[in-house]
Amino acid sequence: MLEVKNIYKTFNPGTVNEKTALRGVSLTLNDGDFVTVIGGNGAGKSTLLNAVAGVWPVDSGSISIGGVDVTHLPEHKRARHIGRVFQDPMMGTAATMQIEENMALAARRGRGRTLRRGITRDERDHYREMLKILDLGLEDRLTSKVGLLSGGQRQALTLLMATLRKPQLLLLDEHTAALDPKTAAKVLDATERIVQKDHLTTLMITHNMKDAIVHGNRLIMMYEGNIALDISGEDKKKLTVEQLLAKFGQATGSDEADDKLLLG
Amino acid sequence: MMNFIGALPGAISQGLIWGIMAIGVYITYKILDIADLTVDGSFCTGGAVFVVLFGKGVNIWLALLAALLAGMLTGLATGLLHTVCGIPAILAGILTQLGLWSINLAVMGMTSNVAINLLDKENMERLLVCSRFLRNYALYRHPIFVAGLFTAGLIAILYWFFGTELGASLRATGTNQHMARAQGINTQYNKVLGLVISNGLVALSGALLSQYQGFADASMGKGAIVIGLAAVIIGEVLFSRLFQNFALKLLGVSLGGVVYYVVIQAVVSFSNINANYLKLISAAIVAVFLTVPYWQEKYFSKTVKPARKGGSNNA
Repeated sequence: MLEVKNIYKTFNPGTVNEKTALRGVSLTLNDGDFVTVIGGNGAGKSTLLNAVAGVWPVDSGSISIGGVDVTHLPEHKRARHIGRVFQDPMMGTAATMQIEENMALAARRGRGRTLRRGITRDERDHYREMLKILDLGLEDRLTSKVGLLSGGQRQALTLLMATLRKPQLLLLDEHTAALDPKTAAKVLDATERIVQKDHLTTLMITHNMKDAIVHGNRLIMMYEGNIALDISGEDKKKLTVEQLLAKFGQATGSDEADDKLLLG
Repeated sequence: MMNFIGALPGAISQGLIWGIMAIGVYITYKILDIADLTVDGSFCTGGAVFVVLFGKGVNIWLALLAALLAGMLTGLATGLLHTVCGIPAILAGILTQLGLWSINLAVMGMTSNVAINLLDKENMERLLVCSRFLRNYALYRHPIFVAGLFTAGLIAILYWFFGTELGASLRATGTNQHMARAQGINTQYNKVLGLVISNGLVALSGALLSQYQGFADASMGKGAIVIGLAAVIIGEVLFSRLFQNFALKLLGVSLGGVVYYVVIQAVVSFSNINANYLKLISAAIVAVFLTVPYWQEKYFSKTVKPARKGGSNNA
């Protein structure tokens, strides 16, 4: 479904702030893969997701989604294939617009925006039903401004919006990191349900090793701009945090993993 | 006092006409979150194109349409400078505005002022709004009525537009570009579109004002952005609690323009102030109104934080 081939990205080239964030990353996701991504700060996790999403062009390499080469497509055109939830709960929704308006915008992802009504009556009923799934009481607040919602509610709404039209690829960038533990668990739970229900091909960054082990059928660990570990199948199911740390040490020859990952 | 009351209908008419420009400013400043300085130039572009075409005997509606389209072109210029050339929006607006100074003069045949021939009675009768219609004319020709009708019509069209898929995507672009792009919205295109619509309205307003006053002048748009902002802010301060609906918000902006002109008229009527100081007063008013919400936020909203002290009962 997703094929990343040998991509490189350097920020601020030629300046004192030069940073090579991706060093020849290659990654292939099969249809229905739910991949969790872990790694310390600066390992390149978010950079990888942003590269796939098309926030900026990569320096070299290629990216294709569902067989379509999207390497040179701008962000808004790639959105046709991709659903996204950001780390910052403020980023995924339009605060000054109503809940239903936000959902209506998401329902039209990947289609032309015409002069037809921005939202129809049928849609409203549909959205109300979908919001019930979240179990946050949002179904009674369709016309509330999103800016009035809590971070957790906004994040859950963003998740719903990202999957309203079934995306070929779902990108979750530490989408529970900014939430309190209880809300984070709730949003993660909703994530699991939605991904399972629609068999979504998913790439989920998390800072929590346990979450990375519990969720998904495959786990990759990034280190210094590349993929250091790629564990799937039975190995993934039996994985423990200790094993993960040991494997990471073997793969990179570094024992940084403990503090960087557990704290990070 | 009688002086003021006598001048009131004129002030209200002008306020309504400027209010249309203010609605244009609202689209860029409030909806798109861009301070667009093109308007100081495009306002005059509208007036100049209209007066010149009208003087050549062109049908008044065609002349108005031409003014609208000319204004849209100025918005397109700023939009392309901003999106394609990557120039910051404020600077892009300033560049267009500066360039328009020459273009406006060229449109007017390299003179700074072109008048409509009001001595020719038949010619004057062709106008839609004119300060001469304030007295001794049928009610339906009164400038307040005509300008009000224009305003109502434009608000209706904008209300419809911003409710469409495209209009909603434009609002999303102004609110949150990350979200907009993630939902497949072409934010660059939308910014250009917003600037085009906005400056079209501004030019239309300029065309109406030049009718009202009977001439177009190269400096008629000077400080227009400030008047527009004043109307937007006054409308917001006075009517924001009352007007929640989008159409009513636009109406609030238009009424903000009226209030602005009535206040200016009051200043002129009740004091001996030199009219050349009006721009200074306008600038000061807008500065104050922009400062107040910022200071309120910064210095008077600390009551929220101490509540967290003493545990997490509310967490």
